[in-house]
Amino acid sequence: MANTDFSVVRSTQAVITTNKVLKNTYLLLAATLGFSALTAMLSIALAVPSWMYLVSVIAAMLMGIFVLPRTANSSTGIGVIFLITGLLGFGLGSILSMYLALPNGPQTVALAFGGTAAIFLGLSGYALTSKRDFSFMGGFIFAGMMVVILAIVANLFLQMPALSLAISSAIILLMSGFILFDTSRIARGEETNYIMATYGIYLSIFNIFISLLQLLGIMGDE
Amino acid sequence: MELALKIAAAAVLVLLLFYMWPAYKHWQEHGPKAEKGDWQAAIVPLGAVAAFVILLILAVR
Repeated sequence: MANTDFSVVRSTQAVITTNKVLKNTYLLLAATLGFSALTAMLSIALAVPSWMYLVSVIAAMLMGIFVLPRTANSSTGIGVIFLITGLLGFGLGSILSMYLALPNGPQTVALAFGGTAAIFLGLSGYALTSKRDFSFMGGFIFAGMMVVILAIVANLFLQMPALSLAISSAIILLMSGFILFDTSRIARGEETNYIMATYGIYLSIFNIFISLLQLLGIMGDE
Repeated sequence: MELALKIAAAAVLVLLLFYMWPAYKHWQEHGPKAEKGDWQAAIVPLGAVAAFVILLILAVR
């Protein structure tokens, strides 16, 4: 009887901890997405040149590899994640300026934005309500991501539109897989650091948005 | 300027590959294996995403 009580207390504590991580992750995600939108608007207002996108992505990737994992367990991590997402938003603004100047640009940007929101909300809702463990996808999506990174490196120099299309399509599917994978890990209490959890989901949303924008831009003959 | 940026981006992406390799090895060797119905549960939402993207593409054409 005593054992049963103990296990009930333990599982209740685990659920409380998991819910706290989940709540903090979504709060921080909302804040970082809002901050990115602000820096993107600033970038559009300043008419930042398009090469700024590559500069900000390089800086954000380096910070994501070297700085964030070392600071994620302290309050400094919050500042670092705002810096990374602010940088990515600033770079995104330069791309958005290009699209907004096109004839159907505002429509394309709005569709990509709405599409990304629908994909994220749908997949998160599915992962949270189905309560399935999607961590079996880990090896598959990491392998897929590595192949896509090699293709991106090749296409930086080859500049092939067909390869761009294939990469964008693959990124949308892989990032959708990452949303299922990350959300199920948070919901099952396997991810306890909400800063790293936010970073993973933010990157998935950012990459889906950029890829969708590129896909809709190419297919809409822009 | 643009070529230098491309080379820098390629270098960082290759660095990212090295960074991802241990994560890939970990999930490949120690990650849970799929049970019956697991892949189906993952493919259904991913298929829905693919169908949704096709719909969006049709909307801009």
